Amino acid sequence: MKSPVAAFVAFVIGAIVLVGYFIPAAPLQAIRTPILDWAIVLAGFAGLVAILNLIFGVHIKRIREKTPRQGFSWLVVISFFVVFIAGVILGPTNPNVQNVVTYIQFPIEASLMAVLAITLAYASLKFLQRQRNWMGIVFFVATLFFLVVNSGILSFSSNIPVLRTLVSAAHQLPVGGARGILLGIALGSLATGIRILIGADRPYNN
Amino acid sequence: MGNLESTLGWIIVLVTAVLILVFSLKSYRAKHPPVFRGIEAIQKLKRALGLAVEQGTGIHISLGKASLLQPSSTSAFVGLTTLHRLAQMSATSDQPPVSTSGDGSLAVLSQDVMIAAARETNTFQMYQPDQAQLSGVTPLSYIAGALNVVNDPKIKTNILIGNFGPEAGFLSTASEENDAFTIAASDSLSAQSVFYATAGNPLIGEELYAVPGYLQYSPAHQSSLQAQDILRWGIVVVMVIGALLKVVGVI
Repeated sequence: MKSPVAAFVAFVIGAIVLVGYFIPAAPLQAIRTPILDWAIVLAGFAGLVAILNLIFGVHIKRIREKTPRQGFSWLVVISFFVVFIAGVILGPTNPNVQNVVTYIQFPIEASLMAVLAITLAYASLKFLQRQRNWMGIVFFVATLFFLVVNSGILSFSSNIPVLRTLVSAAHQLPVGGARGILLGIALGSLATGIRILIGADRPYNN
Repeated sequence: MGNLESTLGWIIVLVTAVLILVFSLKSYRAKHPPVFRGIEAIQKLKRALGLAVEQGTGIHISLGKASLLQPSSTSAFVGLTTLHRLAQMSATSDQPPVSTSGDGSLAVLSQDVMIAAARETNTFQMYQPDQAQLSGVTPLSYIAGALNVVNDPKIKTNILIGNFGPEAGFLSTASEENDAFTIAASDSLSAQSVFYATAGNPLIGEELYAVPGYLQYSPAHQSSLQAQDILRWGIVVVMVIGALLKVVGVI
């Protein structure tokens, strides 16, 4: 059963933070700032709880149940405990602990980004097979068009007044489209925020 | 923030709240039942859910990497609401839905939502702690962890809804290659363009916020869609007037 007390507390806290955003009065800020600080601390604890669930609830469970992919779970669990214990004993600013991030995590993520570039290039080649409608064709033609416009091939146009204006207008087109999409997203965000504030959405109170 | 901006902000927030409350009233809804345009991807999602329940295949919902302390958290809340609704709708399936997320607080809330849905549908004895998991804490480690779930042969429906970066292309591409149903929505422009090119059923712009309303989650969700439509017309009118005033030289 959903508790009305939790919904009331959420409404009051949400209203204080919202009013404090619009009205920078000192007494409101004195309440709002600690509330936001508590939220940051709580989010940090939630992160720790979620990581413990990932290790014990997901990977150690897979190892215990001897699932086919338990090798990856062993790797995750061992890596987690090595880095965690090293971080606790040596401190997170220790150069050796930092090296784990600099020489292991960053290179792996960079190589994943490189693979992503190839994956997306391949996916875009298959794009027209999947989206055989007029929007798909527009998207494909627009992609090619803006690749050409932004490649610098048309840099000679700066000497030709009419072409310069056309290229400049072409550069503005994606900005206009992006603003249109962002306005829709802003309205959706506003409505979602208000639904949570008035208690119509309660992900915190199940 | 200036006085004018602050006042405008207040007015927009209050107008939106009033519109949502009025459109949620039973008497108003009885007189003016909400009618929305069809979104093909969401209609296909409903069919895919029905098939997944019938065939006993798995459903995976990826909630993105939005922290609840950032402005992008609203997309995460939409994802959580969608997760709740999907967990209710697929309660009779042999395979309970699985959710992955890229932020600790979002993962904890997703567990709460899954437990609540399991209690509501009397399936709590089937709930497992790995049904709602944090798959990674950096954008790429999150995607790497979620790929593990997408590539599970039992998963035949992948719903990507929340805040993603372009790296989410890995998830949508893998899902399509596994012949799974893929619906993808994000509040990020880069992720939307990647989804448009790689996912079978992408949602663009504010369609992300329409998902719970179209899945009949609650009257407030449908009324907030009606409120958004009215506000959108307001913005169009203001923009046209602004453009005209600029042409005339008043501003």
